Amino acid sequence: MPMTEDEVFEKVKETLVDALGVDDDEVKPDATLTGDLGAESIDFLDIVFRLEKTFNIKIPRGELFPDNILNNPEFVKDGKLTPTGLAQLKERMAHADFTQFEKDPDISKMAELFKVQTIVNYVKTKVA
Amino acid sequence: MRWIWIDRFVEFVPGKRAVAIKNVSLAEEHLHDHWEAFPIMPASLMIEGMAQTSGILVGQARNFKEKVILAKITKAELNDIVVPGDQITYESEIESIAPEAAATCGKVYKNGQLIGQIDLMFSHIDQNLAGVKFPKENFVFTGQFERLIAPFVESVNG
Repeated sequence: MPMTEDEVFEKVKETLVDALGVDDDEVKPDATLTGDLGAESIDFLDIVFRLEKTFNIKIPRGELFPDNILNNPEFVKDGKLTPTGLAQLKERMAHADFTQFEKDPDISKMAELFKVQTIVNYVKTKVA
Repeated sequence: MRWIWIDRFVEFVPGKRAVAIKNVSLAEEHLHDHWEAFPIMPASLMIEGMAQTSGILVGQARNFKEKVILAKITKAELNDIVVPGDQITYESEIESIAPEAAATCGKVYKNGQLIGQIDLMFSHIDQNLAGVKFPKENFVFTGQFERLIAPFVESVNG
């Protein structure tokens, strides 16, 4: 039987508590990983390693947290994602909610896409 | 000179686990200041000992092609003090390893008795930090590190 959203969320929460040393009640669906939970770059790899073990899944490089977007001049202009870049990111991050970000795709706000819910959505696609 | 905080490997299973020992002696100068009246092995240096044990294990797993740098102390718990005359054993296992990083899980023993856990993450720095260039030669695994592992692996840096 596939896991329910609540079951996935609870396990993602445990993962983030262990990886980031945060308290249970800080891990809310709309909490951002870097802004609210204080994640740094190495923590993203730690989170990927832990999710793979917890859910017994494989997470290919760049799938949960896309890379090679910001260093492509076709995708970024004047500190914002170009329409092509935004389309590319949306395609690669179908698990993220772009409602706010696409109004002003400033790359300094890209971290807002990486929320706890983003991870939950991604894991759901892998364990379904 | 490099600070080496392990004396010897006693077990080394490539890509999986490594066990190293460190004999703590009052001849070591750092113990005279930490503390003069009551010398104890600093916890920070026990973390370094585990980082060296684990870091060499991680480096060997990629045949010392990667520059392995300690990136995160995921967990460090030590429930007892270590004093001159004690022997520390660092037992480390690779939890996960990927092109860009590795995670290790380690247990610390004092005279054979479990006293703590130190879990670490290492970055393969050439695969990270986009745009930052590092010297071509592997400055992490040199000299004494090579000699420590020599009895267990056939070729180092080759």
